[in-house]
Amino acid sequence: MKKLLVGILLACSALAQAGELVERQLPNGLKVIVKEDHRAPVVVSQVWYKAGSMDEFNGTTGVAHVLEHMMFRGTRKVAPGEFTRLIAAAGGRDNAFTSYDHTVYFQQLRNTSLPLAFRLEADRMQNLLLSDALFSKEIQVVMEERRMRTEDSPQAKVQEALMAAAFPEHPYGHPVIGWMNDLQHMTGQDARDWYKRWYAPNNAVLVVVGDVQADDVFALAQRYFGPVPAHVLPQRKVQIEAPQQGERRVIVKAPAKLPYLLWGFRVPVLHDVEHDWEPYALEVLSGILDGNDAARLTRSLVREQHVATGVGAGYEAVSRGPALFMIEATPAEGKTVAQVEAALHAEIARIQQDGVTPAELERVKVQVMASKVYEQDSMFYQAMQLGDLETSGLGADKADEMVAQLRKVTAEQVRDVARRYLVDDGLTAAVLDPQPIQPGMHINEGEMGGGHVR
Amino acid sequence: MYAKFVRWMLLAGFVLWQAPVWAGLDIQQWNTAAGAKVLFVANHDLPIVDVNVDFPAGSAYDVPDQSGLARLTNHLLTLGAGNRDENAMAVAQADIGASIGERFGQEEAGLSLRTLSSEKEKQQAFQLLAQSLQQPRFDAAVLARERSRMVAGIKEAEALPGTVADKAFNRALYRQHPYALPPAGETATLVRLTPADVQRFYRAHYQARYAVIAIMGDLTRAQAEALAVQLTASLPIAEGGALPPIPPVPALPQAAVEHISHPSSQSHVLIGAPVMTRTDPDYYPLLVGNYVLGGGGFDSRLTQVVRDKHGLAYSVYSYLSPMRQQGPFVLGLQTKNATADEAVRLARNVLDRFVAEGPTEAELRQAKANIAGGFPLRLDSNRKIIEYLSVIGDFDLPLNWLDEYPKKVEAVTLAQIRDAFKRRLDPNRLVEIVVGGAAQKSPADKDGRVASTAQ
Repeated sequence: MKKLLVGILLACSALAQAGELVERQLPNGLKVIVKEDHRAPVVVSQVWYKAGSMDEFNGTTGVAHVLEHMMFRGTRKVAPGEFTRLIAAAGGRDNAFTSYDHTVYFQQLRNTSLPLAFRLEADRMQNLLLSDALFSKEIQVVMEERRMRTEDSPQAKVQEALMAAAFPEHPYGHPVIGWMNDLQHMTGQDARDWYKRWYAPNNAVLVVVGDVQADDVFALAQRYFGPVPAHVLPQRKVQIEAPQQGERRVIVKAPAKLPYLLWGFRVPVLHDVEHDWEPYALEVLSGILDGNDAARLTRSLVREQHVATGVGAGYEAVSRGPALFMIEATPAEGKTVAQVEAALHAEIARIQQDGVTPAELERVKVQVMASKVYEQDSMFYQAMQLGDLETSGLGADKADEMVAQLRKVTAEQVRDVARRYLVDDGLTAAVLDPQPIQPGMHINEGEMGGGHVR
Repeated sequence: MYAKFVRWMLLAGFVLWQAPVWAGLDIQQWNTAAGAKVLFVANHDLPIVDVNVDFPAGSAYDVPDQSGLARLTNHLLTLGAGNRDENAMAVAQADIGASIGERFGQEEAGLSLRTLSSEKEKQQAFQLLAQSLQQPRFDAAVLARERSRMVAGIKEAEALPGTVADKAFNRALYRQHPYALPPAGETATLVRLTPADVQRFYRAHYQARYAVIAIMGDLTRAQAEALAVQLTASLPIAEGGALPPIPPVPALPQAAVEHISHPSSQSHVLIGAPVMTRTDPDYYPLLVGNYVLGGGGFDSRLTQVVRDKHGLAYSVYSYLSPMRQQGPFVLGLQTKNATADEAVRLARNVLDRFVAEGPTEAELRQAKANIAGGFPLRLDSNRKIIEYLSVIGDFDLPLNWLDEYPKKVEAVTLAQIRDAFKRRLDPNRLVEIVVGGAAQKSPADKDGRVASTAQ
């Protein structure tokens, strides 16, 4: 085991020479982060706004994501649809996404087309049209998106219910896409207010990874984003979820064939990269439970006990808001949710009492280091990681330090965080209670000879 | 294997597979003594090696009363081989940070490997892959358990209108043809499958003479040659004649419409026909034309009309899936049940008009600029490159296929697109599947109706 680790360390150190991180801040507050990667003549450009669903208010949930859609519907200078048309004509791709913590817009292009991306992003940072006419169509699209992702997905409904129960105070309790009721009553003015509030260079981070020279990127950024005026940003209120005192449980009834269980334990997130240790120990714990095919949960619940057909665990240490340590499982045929929960409790108790083995600990660390190498194969992923670290407040340059800290985690620390946090008083459980699906009735089956009836 | 948690993220647009292109990739090809075909690209930028090994062992090689056998066989390859049971196999991979993955499609099936290229790790990883391919254990107990997990997976997916629609669509499109068989199998046939069935399928399909090995990354040619031998020298012995080829797809006799009830708030619509092969003479005109119709995301007519203008769908698209025989042309969308008829009418109008008139000069320019102009993006990582190596190998495409790609895209004319779509796609002879809407309405559906009347 030790020898293998040495090999992996060598593989990792070979990478240290590649892609240095360079950061600069424009006078208007825009943070620019560049990582050179010269493997292919392409570039990824991402604009991160530190405004996600956690910055929304009750009654207008989902507005961060709706605005993200509206960002493609035209500015005073660029007609609706023109943004994407120009990027596509340059052989590029573009899209955007919204999460609890941020809203991100990105382009993937030949390296020579970077100025185009900057020009268009700088324009929609300040000149968005946001007409009521376009809004009234786009909000319909977003409601369709919610139906597709959530209403018709039993497991997504369970996740939504879990978050709502686990965070009655913190805005993580409402879904990124928003409640359907809020979407139905949202107005163009809500979107305009959101845009005015958060879209400013001093609330954004520009991340560029690819076959570029960092100095060229800074010059381009100054040229296109430099003239965008900074805003006074609203004060961000501190929002802390009160400690949980007692297990919470929600049942979701939905048409489905199998039950499904989702657990969330309240756990800390990473604030101080150098001095915190619990988040690293929780990451290792998640790896020991579900980090690889040899990990405990699948081995025990699926392979040995046949009590579940699938099981998983996950934890994200980097987050603007509070975190949950998640465990999900689908009971095997003939097994109940209660039996699965008993088996999960037993696995947790085993770690709390006996801890973890040195081999397991080492295996998780090897996985982490190998994945650091594999990550280098994707420029997009590298940019994602930089933006996430920067907007979370930890700093884009902290990735290596986090790996170093994670490698220091001991078996005792893993046992300790399991004892402290995987406890019933901090647990929220959400359970899918499957409702019968009528066998697919064929409503108007028929063959037609030519022409369509619709 | 189980869905990992990802952070809540919502993409603004639905992302579609897009065709490849690049110039100047140095692909080396040879055959091993046992008859396996090898494609190799050396790249030493990162200390990584990727390997794909494919066989003609996908679901199109199933027979109806054993539907699911191909999938089960492929899945069991990773669960114990030689002197290692499933746990030992998993531990051995995890210890070196390597991972062996399943590759399964309607036509090809096999395994993939990603490993660090440091000496000790890569040697162990190659050994594990060689073992999985050549000495699978097919333990009866493991088989029984995985079989029931597959059954559970099928049941779980039956709650999703999209899955129901996919299955009905394939059935209507391909009827008796093996492309109609669901890749994951059927619950009724899966439960009957035995270790002997799996052994027989394995011996017939996982032979060196059929193997296509793609290798990408931090290896020398000599190392790649040795690896290819190591992976195939003791595969099942070739017996009897070669596998019968997948039969041609009979044309649809007539249009067919199927509406299946489902307790969902949206209706999932799939419209299509069997159209394009991988070596199709109309490949490039169809591909470039489809960008304009529904392949170009926000750039496409379907999105502009159904999504942007009418707000009826988050995702509306069309694509052509090239296969050995006629793969499907698919036009798909999801919309609330109340607007299903309207969305279908709008989408079909777009299609009818496109087939009748083809794209405009400006649209053609835009399509070419994106497909040909974006070629470096298709090949900017080892992961992407190895997938193209596998496609080239699996379908016997020429080694300069990627080099030729942008040139052939650029050469497509308006007349060729109009002609190809008119000849190959008859809007009056399509399958149309609608899943959703029913006697019982879910609360979400009611919401949808409120929203559309309020508008």
